[in-house]
Amino acid sequence: MSTAAVVARDAGAGLGLKGSLSRNRRWALIASYFFLVLFAIFFLIPPYYMIVTAFKSDAEVAHMATNPWIIADGITLDQFKLLLTQSDFLIFFKNTAIVTICVVSITMVVSVLAAFSLGRMRFWGSSILATGIFLTYLVPDTLLFIPLFQIVKAVGLLNSYWGMVLVYPTLTVPFCTWIMIGYFQSIPKELDEAALIDGAGHMQMLTKIFIPVAMPGIIAAMIFAFTVSWAAFVYPMAFLYSADQQVLTVGTVTSLIRADVYKWGMLMAGALLAAAPPLVIYAFLMDYYIAGLTSGATKG
Amino acid sequence: MAATVHTWSPRLQRNRLQRALGASSTGLHQVLRRRSTVAFLMCLPLILIIASLVVYPALYSIYLSMLNKAQTRFIGLGNFRFLLSRDVFWMVVQQSAIFALTAVFFKALIGLITAHLINNLPSKGQRKWRGMLLVPWVIPLALSSLSWWWLFDPTHSAFNYILASFGHDEIAWLSNPYWARFSVILVNVWYGAPFFLIMYLAALKSVPEQLYEAAAIDGANSWQKFRHITLPMMRNIIAITVLFSLIVTFANFDIVQIMTAGGPRNMTHVFATYAFLLGIRSGDLPLGAATSLFMFPILAVAAIFILRGVRKRGREIG
Repeated sequence: MSTAAVVARDAGAGLGLKGSLSRNRRWALIASYFFLVLFAIFFLIPPYYMIVTAFKSDAEVAHMATNPWIIADGITLDQFKLLLTQSDFLIFFKNTAIVTICVVSITMVVSVLAAFSLGRMRFWGSSILATGIFLTYLVPDTLLFIPLFQIVKAVGLLNSYWGMVLVYPTLTVPFCTWIMIGYFQSIPKELDEAALIDGAGHMQMLTKIFIPVAMPGIIAAMIFAFTVSWAAFVYPMAFLYSADQQVLTVGTVTSLIRADVYKWGMLMAGALLAAAPPLVIYAFLMDYYIAGLTSGATKG
Repeated sequence: MAATVHTWSPRLQRNRLQRALGASSTGLHQVLRRRSTVAFLMCLPLILIIASLVVYPALYSIYLSMLNKAQTRFIGLGNFRFLLSRDVFWMVVQQSAIFALTAVFFKALIGLITAHLINNLPSKGQRKWRGMLLVPWVIPLALSSLSWWWLFDPTHSAFNYILASFGHDEIAWLSNPYWARFSVILVNVWYGAPFFLIMYLAALKSVPEQLYEAAAIDGANSWQKFRHITLPMMRNIIAITVLFSLIVTFANFDIVQIMTAGGPRNMTHVFATYAFLLGIRSGDLPLGAATSLFMFPILAVAAIFILRGVRKRGREIG
């Protein structure tokens, strides 16, 4: 398959006769589309199935004879009604929203300040610190959740979503700082020299020049912080256990299952609504999203 | 990284120059001192977060792993010795390795293939396909794992419906240990391949078109172009991505915890879920800490190589 792709990519590069070339190219293109469709089907199965199940009635979900891949008995919103009235879903949603807003705010303040300082100014040990930040980003949450359990407990935030506000920045701050350093460094030196001559202080320089100019980077970092804290799973799984403090990911996966009865229609409706905010942001800000994703390795 | 170091050097020289001139040395020194103090203060929140919530827990974890279950007594390497003597632990080691290596290999392969396929399309269609194929990466993993679980459900599995319509026997996706291992790896590949796709696509775009044109004039065929231009140009980014994914996959928790919780017969446990089971579920925090510490050497080696790769790439870009 990869050879087909390569053939296709280079088909127009000027070898052979013109007629066979365009024919080759057309075939390569058709092959590319064919395989892309296959991959797209594979990639979109779970979200598709999520949607299909969420709009089915309980009876149809439980009925095993009908084709599970389509909605045969008509679309119904019962699962969503059930989810929003009979379950703790709205509490989870509210908790996640509060945690995410706090974490994104904390992350942006901390990492923009640090990135400005590390990318534009310097002090003793600052280059070691920049390397250290990158290494911190590589420390996975599953390595730290057990010692953090003790720390969160000692602070008295066990089983409280404020504990998440405390620990999530460890997941977001290093990467956001890292990509912001890259963005700040790409801003021409002349700009801050001009500002210094005009008598601007460091803070003024940051708020009046760097933040506006590096806005794409800031948006990318914000999206990253948002998606990470919206999707975080290990820490809430380990530190939260009562429903009123639970967040969306863990809440949907664990608390909606009652007495071993899997109400799959409602579960999928919950998963769909819980996944909606990141998907909506992605749909509107895809370019920033991708810039944030790729700049970790290509910038800096 | 390297860029960080480089851009500072002219300023350093200027500072040295100013210091050497010495004329207004006292005033200048104050400014310089204030400047670096301000810089340090701006970094302080970051330093505090990293020191108290990453470095301290990491060190504390080592101490914690040397205590007994009630955390009243220091037992040295007792927990590590206990783990190494258990068959289940060795199975976890084995499964973590299988899980990470297989999943990363297929993620990288699918990422490379799809990146080429998309790069091959007319440029106005690329955006749409890229957007569609990145969806698995955007859905929170816990929620898509739930959806996969439902697809693999023992009585209602939608995959088994398709198999049955072809006259094939049903597959016990999550209750047969080997199929369960296959399933968790499949889900991980599904989730991670788009990340590789995006990284490779960005890298493919950065390969200068002239190189391919020159190769075409020299009569290189497509495979030769791929082998001698694309691969060398992308080698560094492939290495960084693979190592990074190795860390993330090796430490993965969500998929296994949600779909199998380590079962059947503990055969799908990876380090993270086993540490969770011992540390949080069974309440033996020291033993759990010891389990996750076993990840550290592997992650550290990968991290060092990534850092080298990123530095090198930083130098290449200039």
